[in-house]
Amino acid sequence: MEPNQEVGAEAGAATAATSGAELVTETLVEEVSIDGMCGVY
Amino acid sequence: MTPVDSALAPITQPVPRLVEQFERGLDAPICLTWELTYACNLACVHCLSSSGKRDPRELTTQQCKDIIDELERMQVFYVNIGGGEPTVRPDFWELVDYATAHHVGVKFSTNGVRITPEVAKRLAASDYVDVQISLDGATAEVNDAVRGAGSFAMAIRALENLADAGFKDAKISVVVTRQNVDQLDEFAALAAHYGATLRITRLRPSGRGADVWDELHPTAEQQVQLYEWLVAKGDRVLTGDSFFHLSGLGEPGALAGLNLCGAGRVVCLIDPVGDVYACPFAIHDRFHAGNIVSDSGFDNVWKNAPLFRELREPQSAGACSSCGHYDSCRGGCMAAKFFTGLPLDGPDPECVEGYGTPALAQHRVKPKPSGDHSRGTPVMLKLLTKPPAGLCNESPV
Amino acid sequence: MRGLLTVSSPAAAFDPDLTWRLHHQVAVRPEPFGALLYHFGTRKLSFLKNRTIVEVVNSLGDHPDARSACRAAGIDDAAQAPYLHALGVLAQSKMLVREGTNDSG
Repeated sequence: MEPNQEVGAEAGAATAATSGAELVTETLVEEVSIDGMCGVY
Repeated sequence: MTPVDSALAPITQPVPRLVEQFERGLDAPICLTWELTYACNLACVHCLSSSGKRDPRELTTQQCKDIIDELERMQVFYVNIGGGEPTVRPDFWELVDYATAHHVGVKFSTNGVRITPEVAKRLAASDYVDVQISLDGATAEVNDAVRGAGSFAMAIRALENLADAGFKDAKISVVVTRQNVDQLDEFAALAAHYGATLRITRLRPSGRGADVWDELHPTAEQQVQLYEWLVAKGDRVLTGDSFFHLSGLGEPGALAGLNLCGAGRVVCLIDPVGDVYACPFAIHDRFHAGNIVSDSGFDNVWKNAPLFRELREPQSAGACSSCGHYDSCRGGCMAAKFFTGLPLDGPDPECVEGYGTPALAQHRVKPKPSGDHSRGTPVMLKLLTKPPAGLCNESPV
Repeated sequence: MRGLLTVSSPAAAFDPDLTWRLHHQVAVRPEPFGALLYHFGTRKLSFLKNRTIVEVVNSLGDHPDARSACRAAGIDDAAQAPYLHALGVLAQSKMLVREGTNDSG
């Protein structure tokens, strides 16, 4: 399993290097790690 | 309009950040912790569920299957099964098989007691079961001081059996303490050696953890050390998003994870008697949402419990509102505040700016957990010497 | 640094003129804002953040190619770029596979 491959829309907005289409597309799909939420031990 | 602008046209409504959606809660959890039993062969000093003795009201096999049926209907795809020590339940394997046959993936947390070569082979043959071995020291000396004599050897044996059986990518889950924070590189080496993935998580003052938190939780300097280690070397290290309270130490987004408290919003706990709590670190009436037996099942509790509705409302920053870090740390962990007797609308006891320290120095009332299933009184062994930073002759490698 | 967006170019892996479908081990759970996708094989989670992309993803297998699935969901060719990019991200995570792929592995 590949841990922690995350694409965050907020991080995407912060990096200026992306094209307009790519900035927008990170609003369409976001990957979340199954281990990435607090409250599971 | 430029060509780039026209590409934006179909997205007419701004889509809120995913994190904002999660804070309002979802119709079903994304993941949840399910403690199958309070029985345990060990007596770890910091046990978050105060486990040891089986509770006589423990759910039956059929009641557990009914929960799994509900999880399937709700499309909860993944549960973390723990305890106590879940594998000591006689129906453990039956329940794991039932879950995976009903579209509920399982990761179970274990101290390794039942991970024999035969069990390891069977696990290696299943695609839908993940194993997490608990370990709190990279050497027996450090580990056994909190988990008991022989527990390090037992965990290592489980890792060996899993590796020998060809099980891929077990997890080694470590609770970071004052005593083991210098061993992070050694933990990583252990994981690499067994083909496992290292997971490090925060010590919360929950369960028996409340009794040892003052002496076991990392110091402020060690928190910085831990944070910097994660940034520099934590690329393949899982954290369960448990260090978001440290996010003020660096740039927002530097630590992986949703960076928010998932309790009652995207995660929760089902305990061995069917009680539902906001999270496994919050086993207390204050965070009790309901009971699956008396409240018509898990779906009803998840969707309608007054506690969960309250948690899904926007939370106020309270005393943290003037702090620039609040956006990233969100005031830290509610369980950490609750069990150290700090107000929930104030700083985390381990606030990186030190705002929690004055409150800790004052007289405070520390709530006792709802139940105590401990056997006897675990006593933490005092380390007589500074723990070894490197593997010495106790190394299993 | 961990957690920050690294822009990859999934364009190479995703051809919108081919037939695509959901991997058989992917479950789709509707959410008020879109949907949650979970891949039982990879244990990866993806969130689709509006209803239109959900409609596209769910209908991919019914269309000869991704572009016609987008059109059927009301997205003109000129406006498809962000949706095709999103599909590319899903293909890279193995959530989507080419029709005709043996994905029993």
